[in-house]
Amino acid sequence: MKTLYTWSAILAIVFASVVGDVLLAHAMKQVGDVGALFRSKGLAAVLRRTLENPNFLMGVTAMAVAFFSLLFALSWGDVSLVGPAAASLTFVGNAVAAKIFLRERVDRRRWIAAGLVAAGVALLAG
Amino acid sequence: MNFRKYLVLAGVTLFASSGDAMLSQGMKQVGNVSIHHLQSVIFAILNPWVAVGIVLLLGFFAAYMTALSWADLTYVLPATSLGYVLLALVAKFFLHEHVSPLRWMGIALITGGVGFVAGGPALTERTEDSSAPLPRLANPARHGAPHSGVVPHSEEIEL
Repeated sequence: MKTLYTWSAILAIVFASVVGDVLLAHAMKQVGDVGALFRSKGLAAVLRRTLENPNFLMGVTAMAVAFFSLLFALSWGDVSLVGPAAASLTFVGNAVAAKIFLRERVDRRRWIAAGLVAAGVALLAG
Repeated sequence: MNFRKYLVLAGVTLFASSGDAMLSQGMKQVGNVSIHHLQSVIFAILNPWVAVGIVLLLGFFAAYMTALSWADLTYVLPATSLGYVLLALVAKFFLHEHVSPLRWMGIALITGGVGFVAGGPALTERTEDSSAPLPRLANPARHGAPHSGVVPHSEEIEL
């Protein structure tokens, strides 16, 4: 039963993280280069433009869901399982989602990287 | 990609791994959270390890958002995984824990994967052809340029 709880929480983490990452990445592209904005308009402008972005707020909400799922998962399962499993699945999910929803050019180099990192993270659990 | 941007990516890595380590330590002290007492997860925040972990993760979030403002999601994400490598190295050389060959292999794979991505462009080049709205998310700010502080496209294409 505990295993089922753990894996449900892991899947919840993965789903919420992917949704959150895509929304946040999209929001920050809309905000524009934070460094340049900070130098020209100051910190207040950066914060205002970021916090006013609806995609950012939805992204943060999704990340909060992911965070609490992580707390649950960590209290049920080992960090050595939960961390790597959630991270490696999120990697692959993000590569797919970034290609579909953000239209990032996920070329062979990035697919290989996503695969290598996901496999590496999974191995760290061993 | 200039030095300052690599510094931001380093911040993403450091804050993420140290924050996760603190959280995991704290949640071990808090113990199992029962599905019938979900509110106990709120009290977990009172644990000092969890609290410090949350502060560190806020630092991670700021660095992560900054990185996402000038780099692709699929470029920034592998940087966060370098934190696992860092944790393993800290465990080996400072905590003198045993790091199994399987873990060293995992470290090698992650490092290789990050190297793969880092060698490529940080941001997908957007030509005017691809300026149509994204399938699910409308994106007016990017090409309409209603904001004056936005960097010119020429800088985005740089390595």
